Amino acid sequence: MGKLDSKIPKGPLADKWTKHKNEINLVNPANKRNIDVIMVGTGLAGGSAAATLAELGYNVKTFCYQDSPRRAHSIAAQGGINAAKNYQGDGDSNYRLFYDTIKGGDYRSREANVYRLAEVSANIIDQCVAQGVPFAREYGGLLDNRSFGGVLVSRTFYAKGQTGQQLLLGAYSAMNRQINRGKIQSYTRHEMLDLVIVDGKARGIIARNLVTGEIERHSAHAVVIASGGYGNVFFLSTNAMGSNVTASWKIHKKGAFFANPCFTQIHPTCIPVSGEHQSKLTLMSESLRNDGRIWVPKKLEDAKAIREGRLKPTELKEEDRDYYLERRYPAFGNLVPRDVASRAAKERCDAGFGVNKTGEAVYLDFGSAFMRYGREAANTQHIENASEEQIKKLGQEVVEAKYGNLFQMYEKIVDQNPYETPMMIYPAVHYTMGGIWVDYNLETTIPGCFATGEANFSDHGANRLGASALMQGLADGYFVLPYTIGDYLSKDIRTGKISTDSPEFEEAENAVRAQLEKFVNNNGTKSVDHFHKRLGKIMWDKVGMSRNEVHLKEAISEIKALRQEFWQDVKVPGGTNEMNTELEKASRVADFLELGELFAKDALHRNESCGGHFREEYQTEEGEALRDDENFMYVAAWEYTGEPGDAVLHKEDLIYENIEVKQRSYK
Amino acid sequence: MKLTLKIWRQKNAAAKGAIQTYQLGGVDPDMSFLEMLDVLNEDLVGKGEEPVVFDHDCREGICGSCSLQINGEPHGPDRAITTCQLHMRKFNDGDTIVIEPFRAKAFPVIKDLVVDRSSFERIQQAGGYISVNTSGNTQDANSIPIPKEDADLAFFAATCIGCGACVAACKNASAMLFTSAKVSQMALLPQGKVEATKRVLAMVEQMDAEGFGNCTNTGACETECPKEISLENIARMNREYLKASIK
Repeated sequence: MGKLDSKIPKGPLADKWTKHKNEINLVNPANKRNIDVIMVGTGLAGGSAAATLAELGYNVKTFCYQDSPRRAHSIAAQGGINAAKNYQGDGDSNYRLFYDTIKGGDYRSREANVYRLAEVSANIIDQCVAQGVPFAREYGGLLDNRSFGGVLVSRTFYAKGQTGQQLLLGAYSAMNRQINRGKIQSYTRHEMLDLVIVDGKARGIIARNLVTGEIERHSAHAVVIASGGYGNVFFLSTNAMGSNVTASWKIHKKGAFFANPCFTQIHPTCIPVSGEHQSKLTLMSESLRNDGRIWVPKKLEDAKAIREGRLKPTELKEEDRDYYLERRYPAFGNLVPRDVASRAAKERCDAGFGVNKTGEAVYLDFGSAFMRYGREAANTQHIENASEEQIKKLGQEVVEAKYGNLFQMYEKIVDQNPYETPMMIYPAVHYTMGGIWVDYNLETTIPGCFATGEANFSDHGANRLGASALMQGLADGYFVLPYTIGDYLSKDIRTGKISTDSPEFEEAENAVRAQLEKFVNNNGTKSVDHFHKRLGKIMWDKVGMSRNEVHLKEAISEIKALRQEFWQDVKVPGGTNEMNTELEKASRVADFLELGELFAKDALHRNESCGGHFREEYQTEEGEALRDDENFMYVAAWEYTGEPGDAVLHKEDLIYENIEVKQRSYK
Repeated sequence: MKLTLKIWRQKNAAAKGAIQTYQLGGVDPDMSFLEMLDVLNEDLVGKGEEPVVFDHDCREGICGSCSLQINGEPHGPDRAITTCQLHMRKFNDGDTIVIEPFRAKAFPVIKDLVVDRSSFERIQQAGGYISVNTSGNTQDANSIPIPKEDADLAFFAATCIGCGACVAACKNASAMLFTSAKVSQMALLPQGKVEATKRVLAMVEQMDAEGFGNCTNTGACETECPKEISLENIARMNREYLKASIK
């Protein structure tokens, strides 16, 4: 175990969090006024945590690279948020949510953390409703729920396909209330470029004002990283263009361990890549899988004819379609978890059954849903002898009410009407489940430095079920971190204001300045994007959805070489003392080029398949992921020692006391 | 496709800006408008010139970062979409496209096509929230039943992405559509009722203080809004404001 102490409280699982809250030290309200906290990132985790910390009485400084916290990438989450409310009376409970999450995580997350997440999930819904988040409602005025991939109960709360937006605006409004009270100072268009450690404790950050280029020093008694995930290491992903690993990577280089970097969630329902020009990928909400049926042609010649435009999907008879998820996984069908659905799509496309020009797409077909809903609507509207056409139209109206905005979005991008022809989808990088290692208090291996939401690793494991990310962001932000951080801060009440004149701040600022100067004076020949795209290609081809030893080793040496080339040949026009978006990108890509190598190294060392991490050498006869619980039931936490390739592995064993670890099956 | 692009370039807030003309080839109709600008920037960087700076982030129409006045229209020619969702198939080979920042006194230009929309932030901070503690001790969510119709209307108002197209489209540079969307969301829900009076007065006061113009019912805001926020919200805000003023 070495340096990793997870600080999981003792006692029965269901009592751990209550007991812990009762036992951790509190800070006197009068002292909270003298304590400053820095929050890097203002999405669901950072925004909600900043608001709550400010409400508790701490002075909070928030930083985000966007022009407003309301634009954090949490806003793009579509489907929903889970909570064990059991409003539908279908047998849900804290334990069941906990169990599903652990299982969906392929037994690679911490029992105590995941239970706590399930436990506070119901509070999140109450909190958001109180803030005026307009969740979907039934005609009786009560909240509506739907089910999501990998789950057999309806526990997902949603606001059409814009749940993330509404939840983020809720957290943002809570922040605004504190900004108005003067308890939060919001620094927008600012980017954290380094962490400052004084006497072994996180005491501040170096940030760049992205408008003026000014380098600023900000001190605090604790620093929280809530800057999201690192999926953009793949260049093409569903992440926002500015999403980056910089804050996480900088603290990693200063001593925070990076856990399970190779655990990436590949989302099965994205709009496929259409050409070389593409800058990012667009996700279609997973909720579509509730009603859409996924298929490819049964015969290779039909697939070929479709690719060449000689055959339309609607012309293919029912018996010539292969509903491969329903065939392989009868119990869950189209609702299998993301990793299973993604891999199954890749398997069919690799076998030659892909349906778009590049052969990398499968159909998501609403044809049966139109008819099913249409018949129901015809019945309730007492339309007798309705024609097929009429039924289809009625059904389309029902589907439009549910997913209209998603259908519209698809049509705008692909230029095809999904009411007339099935949607095409393909897996894409969506969410990263690795991240900064944190203990039960969400504290990293650097004292006083915390990490929340997607930036940490704690509750994810190898695969995460749909509608869990929003839940974790808000659980950490509203209900966990603001209390656990108090335990640390209670030891800091006599510290007083922290000076930014210390040699530590000086040194960190100089290092940041030197790197920025190096970029603008480099006079190379290739753009930042050129390197980012090449990195992304290596990552997707060799470290993506399925990996093997040979490719991973190649990837590691290719990334090393690319990094060297980047530093020699990158070209960044403009100066440092002005708005310079190329310079911003250069800093981010420099960090991705290091993270990418650690990512591949982590994937290489894990000789097993689990969840979103699939090693081709380790699979069952049926092609399912084959875990090795005996040797790999641990968190891989990497310590930086100078080069990403030389990182030192620390293991946190995962101990399951309350759950029986078994082979995941959705059959 | 080959295009002639006339783009507003401005070094910084203090500098004088001007339209510059660029020729761009190799544009694929399947590219989004912003991907087309990426291609232009790749060219410019290759030549050692500074790329055109524009705001963008999620590129799926929800974060509200992207702006751009394209041929005189916020977010370009198509309805109900943001610039990042606009695709080049909406243009023809050989077209000339004029690209400018959103123009409004309350949205000063920061650089090139990037404007400062923090005035929107301050309107929200003036009271665009419900004053509830984030303590986790709130009542059970289902103890506040809300008619589906009200919840849906509140949701439609809440889908505003704060991009500022309404301001850029308005001849008075009014922020009424934006402000009214927020006021409406809360006016339609039972949760924020007790502070409704204070909220609408404070938000309208801040809106005026930021230098936004008044509403003259032209309706350009609604037409250009990527999220189709309805003018009804302005009517609702006016009613709320009137009620609050005579209390």
